Amino acid sequence: MISIRDISKWYGAFHVLKDCSTEIQKGEVVVVCGPSGSGKSTLIKCVNGLEPFQKGEIVIEGTSVGAKKTNLPKLRARVGMVFQHFELFPHLSVLQNLTIAQCRVLRRSASESEEKAFRLLDLVGLRAHARKFPAQLSGGQQQRVAIARALAMDPIAMLFDEPTSALDPEMINEVLDVMVKLAQEGMTMMVVTHEMGFAKKVADRVIFMDEGQIVEDRPKMDFFSRPNTDRAQQFLSKILSH
Amino acid sequence: MLDSRFDGLLAVLDFSVFLSPSPEVGANYLTYLLGGAVWTVILSVLSWVIAFVIGSVMGVFRTLPSPTLSKVGACYVEIFRNIPLLVQLFIWFNVVPELLPGFGPWYKHLPSFWQQFTSATLCLGLFTAARIAEQVRSGLRSLGRDQYGAGLALGLNIRQVYNLVLLPVAYRIIIPTLTSEFLNLIKNSAVASTIGFVELARRSESMAELKSTVFEALLAGTLLYGVINLIVLFFSRALERSTKLPGLLGAQK
Amino acid sequence: MYAFDWSSILTSLPFLWQGMVITLEITLVAIVVGILLGTIIAVVRLSKNSVLSAIAAAYVTLFRSIPLVMVLLWFQLALVPPVVRWLFPKANLDLNLIIAFAAFAFFEASYYAEIIRAGIQSISKGQAMAAQALGMTDRAVMRLVILPQAFRRMIPLLLTQAIILFQDSSLVYVIGLADFFGVAKNRAASTGSEVEFILFAGAVYLVLCLTLSTIVRQLQKRITI
Repeated sequence: MISIRDISKWYGAFHVLKDCSTEIQKGEVVVVCGPSGSGKSTLIKCVNGLEPFQKGEIVIEGTSVGAKKTNLPKLRARVGMVFQHFELFPHLSVLQNLTIAQCRVLRRSASESEEKAFRLLDLVGLRAHARKFPAQLSGGQQQRVAIARALAMDPIAMLFDEPTSALDPEMINEVLDVMVKLAQEGMTMMVVTHEMGFAKKVADRVIFMDEGQIVEDRPKMDFFSRPNTDRAQQFLSKILSH
Repeated sequence: MLDSRFDGLLAVLDFSVFLSPSPEVGANYLTYLLGGAVWTVILSVLSWVIAFVIGSVMGVFRTLPSPTLSKVGACYVEIFRNIPLLVQLFIWFNVVPELLPGFGPWYKHLPSFWQQFTSATLCLGLFTAARIAEQVRSGLRSLGRDQYGAGLALGLNIRQVYNLVLLPVAYRIIIPTLTSEFLNLIKNSAVASTIGFVELARRSESMAELKSTVFEALLAGTLLYGVINLIVLFFSRALERSTKLPGLLGAQK
Repeated sequence: MYAFDWSSILTSLPFLWQGMVITLEITLVAIVVGILLGTIIAVVRLSKNSVLSAIAAAYVTLFRSIPLVMVLLWFQLALVPPVVRWLFPKANLDLNLIIAFAAFAFFEASYYAEIIRAGIQSISKGQAMAAQALGMTDRAVMRLVILPQAFRRMIPLLLTQAIILFQDSSLVYVIGLADFFGVAKNRAASTGSEVEFILFAGAVYLVLCLTLSTIVRQLQKRITI
């Protein structure tokens, strides 16, 4: 469903992504991990065109992300994204955060989008907070709303950019639980994260990145039992020790 | 008069007018305008000196622990910031000479040129001082209480702490804002034209009206203001570079 | 000691009020047009089209480096009369008021443009990305997510600029338009009480601006977004 081929990106002279390639099938859950600065956030932002890339191709269900004639807003409406810092719109209520794109982008009626919004809020367990504003919610609650907001667009795939990295430890699980549920229902997911417990539970494959390159791209069990490279080995041992 | 100039879509500019004789004896219009620019600069520089001294004092007052001095500073700023510059100018021109003993009689004996100059300088100086006071205050604030505490802990008295520790750094920090304030001052000096002082804006206007060469006169005046702007910016950047503290302010543009 | 005579002020109150109306008209027109035009300029300035962006930047730089007095002279002597005569050849309009409206609107727009630009840039990139990720076009992102938040943040600055504008409006004296201060000066000249009128005008401005800026300060404390 998502095809990433030979993606290279430079920030000025700095070579940030080096010939990254991978394929994500429908229903697959792929976890991307690696040390900071490895380019994993940049790569995932290339998938929905939020970051431009200079070389290579990304194709989502037949549409090329980098092609000039591609209608990017339309494409982005079909792929959901969740950000590290939640990025809820502070001037809108929780409910409005969920309905604004449904109405303005998908042109759903107000009642239709509200109905969908309430159903999703039930799914993430936050129906009671519908009329509140983001600043009144905890980090974990905000991130769950963010996930609901992305799901409201009925996406074919979901991209997660370090969804729990900005959360206090006690709130990480409430967000991971929602993500696990999503994975079990068959959503195609690409998740940049350090949470190896989550990877072990629902990932199909694990991609390890280092210094802009995809160093390992293997089925989950293979990766965790016996990583091919030293770098991945070192990373895993550091991360799994706590 | 104006219609004939705009009958065609393009008005042909006549730059030779700059060489024709001006109201000032022995000078052509180019020199006339340049003279206006010089007076603008002189007025601005003198006002700036007044503004800088008084503004610094008021700014420091606002950060002192003494509630009286702090109030004095605050009142000064509020009064001089909430009356329009033009009104303040006329207060100096028409009101103060009538009310202030000593100053009044001396002022009234001055030739009108110097009356205008004095009023304009005092007005601009004290007006700008209020704005400088705010900038000095925010510069000092940004240093944090601990710098002040560290100075006191060494046994320095308050005056020493300000002169040796706080102000040297605070002034460096606010060089960019002080520069933009000086540029504002130069622009504000044009207000002096309303009391007849022959600075650049006034001369530009006279030339436009006397010779009906509106575009040329206004264009020259505007360009001269632009040139003064650029020169000030050049010197300000040089000042910033020569007083830069490595590390602390190196990152600031 | 100067002998104060405040009586002529009392008799001039109706005229002074008329002048104040003119001052308020100029201020309001300049605020409204200034913010509208300023928003457009700010958005264009931040657009990816380098030509348009440069034009917007040039506009702002131009108006911010010339004294307001010069701007008024430009509009009075060169810019407004021919345009008005071309648009309304037969009409007999009060040119001075139009000059004042036009000059202040265009002048203030450049100052508002800078405030608004800084406001827009203060909204984190993540917000724009999140809106884009939902499929919003650039225009929708700006209109629905960025500008609403930016304006909320900028309200104190926009209001402070309005107070400055209110004071600057007195400069219409230069083009001979009788606003509040202009009327005060005229009445001063005809009644011979220069000192009283000027002090009165100063006091009125002082009270009004102090009140307004105190209100803005209170407002600043309450705005939290």
